[in-house]
Amino acid sequence: MCGATEGGLSLDGVDVKKEAIIQGQVTKGGEPVGTAYVRLLDRTGEFTAEVPTSATGHFRFFAGPGEWTLRTLAPQSEPVDSKVTAATGVIAEVAVTL
Amino acid sequence: MSRESALVNADWVEQHLDDPKVVLVEVDEDTTAYDKGHIRGAIKLDWTTDLQDQVRRDFVNKAQFEALLSDRGVANDDTVVLYGGNNNWFAAYAYWYFKLYGHQDVKLLDGGRKKWELDSRELTADATSREKTSYTATEQDLSIRAFRDEVVAAIGTQNLVDVRSPDEFAGRLLAPAHLPQEQAQRAGHIPTAANVPWSKAANDDGTFKSDDELKEIYTEAGVDWNKDTIAYCRIGERSSHTWFVLKEILGEENVKNYDGSWTEYGSLVGVPIALGDEPGLPEGQSA
Repeated sequence: MCGATEGGLSLDGVDVKKEAIIQGQVTKGGEPVGTAYVRLLDRTGEFTAEVPTSATGHFRFFAGPGEWTLRTLAPQSEPVDSKVTAATGVIAEVAVTL
Repeated sequence: MSRESALVNADWVEQHLDDPKVVLVEVDEDTTAYDKGHIRGAIKLDWTTDLQDQVRRDFVNKAQFEALLSDRGVANDDTVVLYGGNNNWFAAYAYWYFKLYGHQDVKLLDGGRKKWELDSRELTADATSREKTSYTATEQDLSIRAFRDEVVAAIGTQNLVDVRSPDEFAGRLLAPAHLPQEQAQRAGHIPTAANVPWSKAANDDGTFKSDDELKEIYTEAGVDWNKDTIAYCRIGERSSHTWFVLKEILGEENVKNYDGSWTEYGSLVGVPIALGDEPGLPEGQSA
């Protein structure tokens, strides 16, 4: 939540050119979900990282280039898997709808 | 130990919220999480300030631990139930720490804070106050704590379990990307160590997998159940999670946590290091 900006979390101080960023927002019925957990799974399905969403439903990972799966868990919702491709210097935006 | 004695579930905790002899303790990597909301009646331990010596790299000593628990209102005969974020990494670390100083009745909330939240169970920002106590710790139980010389001696003879991610194990990464500090001088792993990321032991919701699943995971990775085991990671918190699995859930004897972990080993002069995805030979590699 700290440093949250329109459209996502602040990237101040991050050298975006060197990172393969995956970020996005979790919503349900059009409302942001601030109580979700987003898990980053590698191309073999292996767990790599997990973050709780911010109060505005946003999340971010500094991944490596390649194919990833986001698995979103939230109260009173079934887990949702979203495929995403990350590349260095690119911010991959993912909208997760529960 | 066993799953039944070391773990409690959320229903059990809810039933004991008003039991004065049950102390809930939240320990998080994000030390502000507790202040935003915690299980009613829970106290907070800050792993960076409460559990670590502020000058040298070591734990607080026996007298400091006694003063800490006395101040927070934990008695020797209390049942301590630990939980936290990050799939209980730091709660497991605190569990190991309580065991190190001889607390008799300590348990982990299965699934930790995440499972509690996903179940939509109640959290409160209300402050907790407990009467001060006069806590007495034992000397450290070094049967569960490994130091660097033992670790070097264990290469090729005991089970070494590296619970970091495959990229950290192989030497492609030194630390998770969000934690740039506390890096070792060299990347790689302790030769002959098996790589079993801590996350393999947990379900998506943070609860531990079944005993049979856990046994299979470590057996497949090459753990020899007839040998002693040392678990390590980067700073000793993720390996507490695996130590908990092997020692407290599966009841294996002679399992130690190497809290110096990679930030110590990878900075030692002259010890062997293996690079790449394989455990490697005892002598490691050189280039």
